Amino acid sequence: MTTLTDPPKESFRLSMLIYDTRYRSLTIQAVAMLGFMLLAAWLINNTIVNLATLGKPIDLGFLGEPASYDINQRLLDYNSRDTHLRAAFIGLINTIVVAVLGCITATIIGVLVGVLRLSKNWLVAKIMTVYVEVFRNVPVLLWIVLAMAILIESLPAPRDFRGENPEATLSFFDTVAITNRGVYIPEPLFSNSLGNIHLFGDSSLRFDVSLDLVAILIVLAASIFAIRKVTARAARIQAATGVRPKTWHVNLAIFFVPMIALLTLLGFHLGYPALKGFNFQGGTHMRNSLIALWLALSLYTAAFIAEIVRGGILAISHGQTEAAGALGLRPGKTMRLVILPQALRVIIPPMISNYLNLTKNSSLAIAVGYMDITGTLGGITMNQTGRELEGVLLLMACYLLISLSISAVMNWYNKRVALVER
Amino acid sequence: MKKSVFFGALTVAGLVAGAAAAGTVDDIKARGKLNCGVTTGLVGFAAPDANGEWNGFDVGVCRAVAAAVLGDPKAVEFVPTTGKTRFTALASGEIDMLARNTTWTFSRDVDLKFEFVGVNYYDGQGFMVPKELGVSSAKELDGATVCIQTGTTTELNLADFFRSNNISYEPVPIETNAEAQQQYLAGACDVYTTDASGLAATRATFENPGDHVLLPEIISKEPLGPLVRHGDNEWGDVVRWTLNALIAAEELGVTSANISEMSMGTDNPEINRMLGSEGNLGEQLGLSADWAKNAIMAGGNYGELFEKNIGESTPIGLARGLNAQWTNGGLIYSPPFR
Repeated sequence: MTTLTDPPKESFRLSMLIYDTRYRSLTIQAVAMLGFMLLAAWLINNTIVNLATLGKPIDLGFLGEPASYDINQRLLDYNSRDTHLRAAFIGLINTIVVAVLGCITATIIGVLVGVLRLSKNWLVAKIMTVYVEVFRNVPVLLWIVLAMAILIESLPAPRDFRGENPEATLSFFDTVAITNRGVYIPEPLFSNSLGNIHLFGDSSLRFDVSLDLVAILIVLAASIFAIRKVTARAARIQAATGVRPKTWHVNLAIFFVPMIALLTLLGFHLGYPALKGFNFQGGTHMRNSLIALWLALSLYTAAFIAEIVRGGILAISHGQTEAAGALGLRPGKTMRLVILPQALRVIIPPMISNYLNLTKNSSLAIAVGYMDITGTLGGITMNQTGRELEGVLLLMACYLLISLSISAVMNWYNKRVALVER
Repeated sequence: MKKSVFFGALTVAGLVAGAAAAGTVDDIKARGKLNCGVTTGLVGFAAPDANGEWNGFDVGVCRAVAAAVLGDPKAVEFVPTTGKTRFTALASGEIDMLARNTTWTFSRDVDLKFEFVGVNYYDGQGFMVPKELGVSSAKELDGATVCIQTGTTTELNLADFFRSNNISYEPVPIETNAEAQQQYLAGACDVYTTDASGLAATRATFENPGDHVLLPEIISKEPLGPLVRHGDNEWGDVVRWTLNALIAAEELGVTSANISEMSMGTDNPEINRMLGSEGNLGEQLGLSADWAKNAIMAGGNYGELFEKNIGESTPIGLARGLNAQWTNGGLIYSPPFR
């Protein structure tokens, strides 16, 4: 006769934390975690204690003091009596400007170069190879400095535009002044301007939004929405009757008539640059520092993007091209409608890291005197207030925030274009 | 684990400026070398010559201190710093002292926790413009583009000057003097502003110095001097009294030519105390008895350093002006060696 006994009840013993494989990994992790936290706590404590002995306890009060320095490129109002926080904010905006401009240009150049590098035309393909290899194998700082040096040394100074027989003249029918202090382009002006909305009152983060711009964007969005409706209707009619009604003239009218009406209402005109005193006045001044930084960052990052695009295209099997050819698509359309949409799925993830790189590389701006956040908060403010630790921590937080935002947007886009698997 | 704690400690200690590091003099003696922060290159004040030897007025102070502490004016490691990096370098202990035409201000002395040991050049901020612009006063600079070294007091003075005169300008921030020079000469800025001495030094290196004028306005007081960190007063004393020894030597007529003779003993007890043939001033500083003699022999007394590097016989051609001895109507004055 057999007796059924319960399996012996395991009592938990402390030694099992080490000798029992079920618990051992947990134990190791817990110990490692504890050690890591102790180390971190010790480092932080040490920093705080040492800073206190030095008489410089961590204190963000300096952000409220007047900055006392001027910033040349400011998209929002700022003067030397504003606070350090305001100066940092202006710098942050400048960083975002160059990052956004750079990402857009780098993508355009990168995609073009990547596609052209696969061209059957030997010369074009080789030129693109040389471009990619030259740009991605030289540090971006050198490109930035080189771009700046070329702009400064080769372009005419404003004073060369002066006199009876000036050495230099305005370009593009006397509307654009290209000087070694930057490019002055015509600026849009509104004689019946709607004014600005002031956000955030008088705080350091105050932000003016032009109502003119808002109105233009609203009309633009409405037009595009209407055009899509018209196109959808045409597609419906085509599906029902087989005849597609002509829509292009309607679409053109929908796009241009409201926009022209709005611009006329606002009294839109262009302000042209004119030499006055030491410099050109009027027009939008794109400073050399911005152009050099933008150009160098775009060309440098575009070389990497080109390789990603090329890799993405090569990842699509050749059968797809042949199938598209069999359906009668021309090579251009094959690329646009068949290959690139599929290649995007391969391309986007590494593209995100290149956008992040471009944004972080923009911190080299001080090499050409572009006042980004590294130049204001991490440069002059830190130097004048002596708050290195606080400044660097804030700076890191800002870059982290920008980078995470870019990742979030790009990941969302990646999800949208990703292959839907069933 | 122990190791990582150790390295962690090193990192943090480096980060937070070696707050507890007393005994800089001992550190320097153990190292056998003085780490002295200077400019990245400003002819006359601190610049390497064709052989890579650093020369200049500020360099002279570094060499004098090295000679006083180590007995060897060559035992200096020159660390080039920009306007932006200099304070971090000093606060973190990367350099022992900073002799980089740095303006003595309240906030640098008090808030940044530095100790200015004296003034070796009384300066003021000026403007340089090309002659062809036809500008004769800084007040005519409305709308001008101004090149300026970032991270300096000049940046703040400039903002204040233009603001109080209610005129506009476009600042072009620049890291080093060399870059400023390039931009200014290419016409990317109309005006270059920095300390008047720096302007004179920069202009001296131009191909046609005569094509550029310094405007008459001096818009600020810029007392330039060497500085050290808070927290080690003995070291501060060494640098302060080395500078004072150079100044006093000129006043007392001690030059590099007659110092060997004078150090044997003279009729003037102050010279004797300073040069170590009487009393124990060197011992009180924790240095050898001939510390001041070594310091003066390194490059000569204050006046000799001035004449050799930035004086009227040099291309920079600065007059003594405010920097004459007090006995000649200037501001250069050393407390007594007693």
